[in-house]
Amino acid sequence: MTNNWYMLTLIGEDKPGIVAAVTQALFERGLNLGETSMLRLGGNFTIMMMVGGVQQEDELRAQLKPVIEAQGMRLHVDAIQGRLHEHVLPNIQVTVTGADRAGIVAQVTAALTDVGFNILDLESDVAGTAHKPVYIMQIAGVADAPIEKIEAALEALRKDGVDVNVNAVDTYIG
Amino acid sequence: MAILDILTLPDPALKQVSEAVTEFDDALRAFIADLEETRRNGPAAVGIAAPQVGYFKRVVIIDCSTTRKPVPNHGYLVLVNPEITHWEGYEPGREGCLSVPDYTGNVIRATRIHLVARDPNGEPLEFDMEGYEARAVQHEIDHLDGLLFVDRVVSRRTDLFKRKVYQKGGGS
Ligand SMILES: [Zn+2]
Repeated sequence: MTNNWYMLTLIGEDKPGIVAAVTQALFERGLNLGETSMLRLGGNFTIMMMVGGVQQEDELRAQLKPVIEAQGMRLHVDAIQGRLHEHVLPNIQVTVTGADRAGIVAQVTAALTDVGFNILDLESDVAGTAHKPVYIMQIAGVADAPIEKIEAALEALRKDGVDVNVNAVDTYIG
Repeated sequence: MAILDILTLPDPALKQVSEAVTEFDDALRAFIADLEETRRNGPAAVGIAAPQVGYFKRVVIIDCSTTRKPVPNHGYLVLVNPEITHWEGYEPGREGCLSVPDYTGNVIRATRIHLVARDPNGEPLEFDMEGYEARAVQHEIDHLDGLLFVDRVVSRRTDLFKRKVYQKGGGS
């Protein structure tokens, strides 16, 4: 029975087997997984996952200590509401590509906030080479504002080799 | 007319391959009327395939004329024994499914297709389709072949850095 939900954040140097070891330990303690994100970021493996179980927080930490240490990871725990089945569909996607320019994420997201755009998901990455890095960011979110208004808000950021594209996301349901 | 029950994951029947329609009779057309009523009842459903209601014949319905932002489309279409004969290009787009509630993901589909099919009376149909409507047909034909979009979902990260060529996914 799932009484308590926690958001676990785990970070460590990437190596094979982390996910298998961690999820096996959770399973053995009767913990359930909710929504998760597991991702390699710059040589680190990062895990954020909703975990539900009967355990109190101290008990959960104690139970996970062996596997966390064996995998050389760090653990952070937050008690949360386990609100599943509440996915929100994005209706706008914004893509930013180009030269790596200081402050671009802050500028783009400030402009989006001003037009009432709510970010659901943001992924940014550095592609290209060490010599010539290319910055790529994709933002999916929800806005009531028409696409033209969002484009206009971002227009000023299209300079110095940075490109910004705004597209409607029409999710096909069938 | 009746609203039919929709099979949802993990019902193994969703993996069943549907058979070609051979009898274009009143029974077929009565079923199509029920399938359309079921589609209209579904939350925001643009398309539906017969096997989603447990009828394992190659029949799909799509209607891409009601998107928020208009897209090239051929309106309301009943496609019997649909078959894609030509694929071109590929692009990611977001999909969800009546058979997989509360989940959406990005799927790579062919951008342009040529489609042949029959109408409910057995008359031949032929279309060139693009974009959203081409996506609709590919999603629904997958159902006829026992495939769900969840098996084709890619992350946006994967899509950007490992562009992969669209692989012909059945239907012919
Ligand atoms: Zn579907």
